Amino acid sequence: MDKVIMAQNLTLAYSNNETIINQINFSVDSGSFVFITGASGSGKSTLLKSIFGALKPKQGSLIVGGVELKGVSSSKLNFLRRHIGIVFQDYKLVKEWSIEKNIMLPLIINGYDKSVTQNQVETLLKHVRLKHQAGKYPLELSGGEQQRVAMARALAHNPILILADEPTGNLDDYSSQLIWNLLEGANSQLKTTVIVVTHHIPESLGVEYKHFHIEYGSIHEVN
Amino acid sequence: MKSIRNHLSLVIALLSILFSMQIFIIVDRSIDAYKENLANNYAVVIVSQKRLSDEVVLGINKLIASSGELTADSVIERLNSGMDKKNIEFLKLTLPKFYKLKLDHYPTPQEVITLKKDLLKNSSITKIEDFSHNHDTTYKLLLLFKGVVSVFALSIFVVTTLLIFKELRIWQFKHSERMSIMGLFGAPVWLRSAVLFRLSIVDAFIASIFAFGLFSYIATNAWILKQFESIDISVVIFNPIDDFVLLLGVAISLSILLASFIVLGHKEEV
Ligand SMILES: Nc1ncnc2c1ncn2[C@@H]1O[C@H](COP(=O)(O)OP(=O)(O)OP(=O)(O)O)[C@@H](O)[C@H]1O
Ligand SMILES: [Mg+2]
Repeated sequence: MDKVIMAQNLTLAYSNNETIINQINFSVDSGSFVFITGASGSGKSTLLKSIFGALKPKQGSLIVGGVELKGVSSSKLNFLRRHIGIVFQDYKLVKEWSIEKNIMLPLIINGYDKSVTQNQVETLLKHVRLKHQAGKYPLELSGGEQQRVAMARALAHNPILILADEPTGNLDDYSSQLIWNLLEGANSQLKTTVIVVTHHIPESLGVEYKHFHIEYGSIHEVN
Repeated sequence: MKSIRNHLSLVIALLSILFSMQIFIIVDRSIDAYKENLANNYAVVIVSQKRLSDEVVLGINKLIASSGELTADSVIERLNSGMDKKNIEFLKLTLPKFYKLKLDHYPTPQEVITLKKDLLKNSSITKIEDFSHNHDTTYKLLLLFKGVVSVFALSIFVVTTLLIFKELRIWQFKHSERMSIMGLFGAPVWLRSAVLFRLSIVDAFIASIFAFGLFSYIATNAWILKQFESIDISVVIFNPIDDFVLLLGVAISLSILLASFIVLGHKEEV
C-alpha cells in the first residue's frame, strides 16, 4: 500500500535544541484514518508541524506525499502544502477576512475559478452549519464557530491529506459529531488520508482507524 | 474607517516627500530662469585705444556672445557748450573706443577673472568695467538660496523616511499573520505579498493625485504667479505631464521598495 507519510529515525527539536520527538519510525498508509493521542506537551502538534514542513527534521528522514522534507525547497514545500488541509489548534483564521473568504483561501491559492469556489464555499458553510454567518469576521464568532470555519477551510480544496489538531476541542457533542461526520465522509468518499490529534477518540466512528500514542518523545501504535 | 486610517499614514508620508521634491524642482527652475535673466542684463564694458572689429572681440573668449560699440556722441554732446567744431572733431579722434560686451550665460566669479585676463592680453584694451562686486554678491546669494532649499528638502526626505520605517514595523506586524497563514496553505511568495503590493501601489497613486491637485492649484494661483512676475521671470511651476510622471514614478518606487522590505523581513514562525 502507498504511504502518504514515512518517518525514519525522525528527531524533532526547536531552536532551543530541546528534543521533543526522538528517533521515531512510523508510517501512514494512503487513505487511512489515524488518531494521535498523548499528554499535553508530549509533542503532538510538533509532529504535525513537521508533517506540513513548518518544522524541519533535525535528524532522520520524513517523506510526505513523496517529498523529502529534510532540506526541501520552498517551491516544493508550497506545492505539497497546496494538497494538505490543516485545522490548527489555534485555528489561524485571517482576522481581516470574512468567514467566506477564509474558507476560500485554499481555493484561491490553488487557482480554482470563481464559480467553483463560490459553490464549494456555500456547500461547506452548510455542512458546518454557518451559512447565516458567512459575512461575519472571525472575531465576531464564538470559539467553537471559529473552529468549524477552520474545519471547512481544511476541506475546501479536497486535499489528499488532512491534518486536524484537536478539531473538536471547543465543541459540544452535537458540533463534534458534525466534524467527525465530515472527516469520515472525506475519508470514505474521497479517500482522503486523515490524521487527527485528539484527547477523545469518538466511540462510534464509521470507518476503520489506527491509533498512535506519543509519550516521552516516542510514538507507538495502540491496538 | 479603519482602512482609511491604514492608507492615510503612508499617503501623508509619500505626499510630504513629493511636496519637498517638487518645491526643490521649482526653486531650481526659478534660479535657472533668474540666472538667464541676469545674463541678459549683465554686460562688461571695455575701453580700447583702437577700433576693435567684432571678430577680434568674439575671438578673445568663448563667453562673449556679442559686442557693440558705444558711440561717443552722447558723451561729447554734454561737453558741447562753447566748443568749436574743429575741437570736437579732434576730441572725437582722440577719445578711446567704448564697447559693451554681452555674455553667453551668467558667469561664475572664476569665469569673470579669466575673461578679464584674456581681454587684457589685447594691448589696445586699457580698461575693463565688469561690475564684479555686484555680480559676486548676487551670485553667492543665489547659491546660498539653493543650498538652503536643498538642505530643507533633504531633511524632509530623511525625516519622512524615518517615519515610514517606523510605520513599516506596524505594517509588518499587521500583514505577517495573514502572510504566514497563506504560506501554510502553500501560497507562493508573490501571492502572499500581492495584497501588500496592491495596497502600497494604490497609496502611491493616491499621494501622486493629491500632489497633482495641489501643484495644479499652486501653478494657477494668481498671487503666486504675481510673485514670479514681480522678479521678472517665467517658470513652469508644475508640468502636468512630465512632473506628474516623475512624482508618480518616485511614489511608486518608494512604496514598492517599502513593500519589498516587509516581504523580505517576513519570517515564517514555527
Ligand atoms: N515554538 C516553540 N518553541 C519552543 N518550544 C516549543 C514551541 N512549541 C512547542 N514547544 C514545546 O514543545 C513541546 C511539545 O509541544 P506541542 O505543542 O507539540 O505539545 P502538544 O502535544 O500539542 O500539547 P497540547 O495537547 O497541549 O496541545 C512543549 O514542551 C512545548 O513547550
Ligand atoms: Mg497541541
